[in-house]
Amino acid sequence: MWSYFIRRIVIGIPTLWAIITVCFFLMRLTPGGPFDSEAPVPPEILTNLRASYHLDDPLWQQYFSYLGNLLHGDFGPSFKYRDFTVTELIAQGFPVSLQNGAAALVLAVVIGVFLGIVAALAQNTRRDYAVSAIAMTGIVIPNFIMGHLLILIFGLWLKDSIFQLPAGGWEDGAFANRILPVVCLALPYVAYIARIARGSMIEALHANYIRTARAKGLPFRTVVLRHALTSAMMPVVTFLGPATAFILTGSMVVETIFQIPGIGRYFVQGALNRDYTLVMGVTILSAALVIFMNIVVDMIYSVLDPHVRYDEAAS
Amino acid sequence: MTLTPILAQTDALEAALAPTVAGRSLWQDAWRRLRANRAAVASLIILCVIAFASFIGPYLLPWTYDQIDWDHIEALPPDFALGHYLGTDSLGRDLLARTLYGGRVSLSVGILATFVALAIGVSVGAIAGFIGGKTDQLLMRFVDLLYAVPLTFFVIILMVVFGRNFVLIFLAIGAVEWLTMARIVRGQTLTLRRKEFIEAARASGGSTTAIILRHILPNVLGVVIVYVTLTIPQVILLESFLSFLGLGVQDPRTSWGMLINDGAAELEINPRTLIVPAIFMTATLFCFNFLGDGLRDALDPKDR
Repeated sequence: MWSYFIRRIVIGIPTLWAIITVCFFLMRLTPGGPFDSEAPVPPEILTNLRASYHLDDPLWQQYFSYLGNLLHGDFGPSFKYRDFTVTELIAQGFPVSLQNGAAALVLAVVIGVFLGIVAALAQNTRRDYAVSAIAMTGIVIPNFIMGHLLILIFGLWLKDSIFQLPAGGWEDGAFANRILPVVCLALPYVAYIARIARGSMIEALHANYIRTARAKGLPFRTVVLRHALTSAMMPVVTFLGPATAFILTGSMVVETIFQIPGIGRYFVQGALNRDYTLVMGVTILSAALVIFMNIVVDMIYSVLDPHVRYDEAAS
Repeated sequence: MTLTPILAQTDALEAALAPTVAGRSLWQDAWRRLRANRAAVASLIILCVIAFASFIGPYLLPWTYDQIDWDHIEALPPDFALGHYLGTDSLGRDLLARTLYGGRVSLSVGILATFVALAIGVSVGAIAGFIGGKTDQLLMRFVDLLYAVPLTFFVIILMVVFGRNFVLIFLAIGAVEWLTMARIVRGQTLTLRRKEFIEAARASGGSTTAIILRHILPNVLGVVIVYVTLTIPQVILLESFLSFLGLGVQDPRTSWGMLINDGAAELEINPRTLIVPAIFMTATLFCFNFLGDGLRDALDPKDR
């Protein structure tokens, strides 16, 4: 099993390298640069700027020095935030995004699995349809509509009531400022997870070993929570790998709407400002995170399901 | 008199024995099952109405999407006398005309990008599944590799690099949405490859291309149709996400995502500009999802 994971990690490295390379050349081939602005910079200053960012070196030299710096964890200077390096910006933004993302994911798994179980136990009843309707709504309403709706309700309509919540801002991570963004980020995943958990739970409840467990006289609760849930969790776990990628994308929207200083917002602003190094830094970090999470998910999977053995030649 | 039922019976028997009819009955069955699903039928009708309104509607309205009502440069409430059936946006442009035009853009992007994804995904999946061996390994490793990449980032980088361009939007989205399609088609092809009729086709001298086109593709069509109806809403969402970031089509052209984003900016003063396009878009997404679920039940009954 370990050899499989080592192989996965080894395969991950060239993947990451390919991403870095494609990103690098795409961004460098762009017409228009980070120093184009409404008020043109005098040519002498532009020359100095380009020299100080090594933009006049041959492309391959820039590429290799970028790769070399990357190995030291140096993503280069930001083109737009002049006083910061990209590494510093990421160090500021990443923990914020990570906290929100993790909170949203935990919330989504807890509520989603709960709803899924409720729906599965009451298959084809009104309760089941209600859960399906909630799930469909969560999937269909994009989070930039949901975010604005939440702001409208909790920031404006419920203003001056006890339910009032800040409509945006971060305030160094005050609890009240976290609620709306985390909820907004979590809602689509609640929906997806509820759907997945419902399906797998129904399947699990029809399995023979559940009948055996019931026949042995185990209480219904134990059967559902211990026997059925373990196997019903597996599709949910599989979903967590791609979910990380979605959370990253979602954080771009949520952080922009709620004005949270996370990497999602940095990415959006970097993309709009043509801040090459910042965009590349965030992309590389996200890609690494997604690759890493996919490996972790496979590991959890093999722990949960003894059928899964990675020793045999992976097809 | 007494002959008619017998004749009818032999007709039915012949019909049952004739291979063409047996092949068609799968689709007839599916159609019957789909019609029995009320949510799916309602979705189909609503989708047709929205699509019809989006593509024909703008020609029937008194105002065009980019026309400014110079007498009323303000967000006007619905006014039938002036022909602003749902009012105007803050620049005095007719909201209904803009929403319908936005629908045309969103639906076009959704459908075109899905067809790009369809073309790439089905070719890759069918080739990988049918030829197998090294080709399969290579293609599927490539798909796995792309799966590990946060592709939305790439779409954004592409939009930034090459500018906001309608053709590029759907090509770029299509180029990232084909992965799942390829996997699904490959899986189906793998099971089909071992079937006797494929062996028969090969024994009678059919070339690989001919077998894929004539025998594999028609048999994966059901799954593909289901997946297409589920991909279109995803593409519409992705496009609206790009518009939200300011990377969609350019003003005065618009799409649902852009309208929603514009409306969100004046949420407090004028929620109508957010709510109208939001309703159109969510209705469309709902309908595509219901239709997709209905089609899945209809075309793949063994699951239910």
